[in-house]
Amino acid sequence: MQSYHLILKTAAVACVVMATNAFGNYALKLGLSNGAGVRASWAPWQYVRALAHPWVIAGVLLMLGWFISRLMLLSWADLSYVLPVTSFSYVLSAGLGAMLLREDVSLVHWGGISLITLGVAFTIFTRPGTTPPGGNEVP
Amino acid sequence: MKWILVALVVIPGTVGDVLNSAGMKHQGELDDWSWHGLLRFGWQLLHNWYILIGLPAMALSFFALMALLSTTTLAFAVPATASSYILETAMAEYLLREKVDWHRWIGTILVAIGVILLAI
Repeated sequence: MQSYHLILKTAAVACVVMATNAFGNYALKLGLSNGAGVRASWAPWQYVRALAHPWVIAGVLLMLGWFISRLMLLSWADLSYVLPVTSFSYVLSAGLGAMLLREDVSLVHWGGISLITLGVAFTIFTRPGTTPPGGNEVP
Repeated sequence: MKWILVALVVIPGTVGDVLNSAGMKHQGELDDWSWHGLLRFGWQLLHNWYILIGLPAMALSFFALMALLSTTTLAFAVPATASSYILETAMAEYLLREKVDWHRWIGTILVAIGVILLAI
């Protein structure tokens, strides 16, 4: 039986992970498709130039928030739990696209949204952490 | 070039996630939210070798994704990188020794297929 505190803490941090990821991707997509595009190259200046675009800055800051909140979640939850549960951010991204960019949500997209939601439902009721405190050493 | 970028998204991303997960389990939860506690936690993170190697790996994956999104369509980039869900779950089971039961495997596979459908 999972404790109420663990469920609440996991749900709260997972929501932060999903929201920062969805809004971060949205901001990056806006920035990269509005003049800050990066061409596939090994030249670092292109990436530095892209980082000066306001939407890219907002996206990077949100992705930093995503990274930190995800690290926090990984301090007690398994990677195999965090991956599927936080993938619900794809559904949020699709919702943002439909609401803010007036993108059409096709029947195939609804299928994808349904499968992701079903996948999250399969995982969310498992115990978040199955490794001992301190974790197992990576071989 | 695009397949090199896909490999640069998936492989460092998987390595980074596995190392970050191992590093954070090693680190333990943040239980002191005072400034002193946060600074101490941050200082400990800076001395955590799993995180120190995992962070540049994640950064490389992130920049490769930026380049991939700029040069190919979302319909190619997202399905190509969705394979990392299966790869990372397998790594979590065999390297991190997490107990990945059938609920989690079905959940992960459904999510990966769903992500591919969203990109079509």
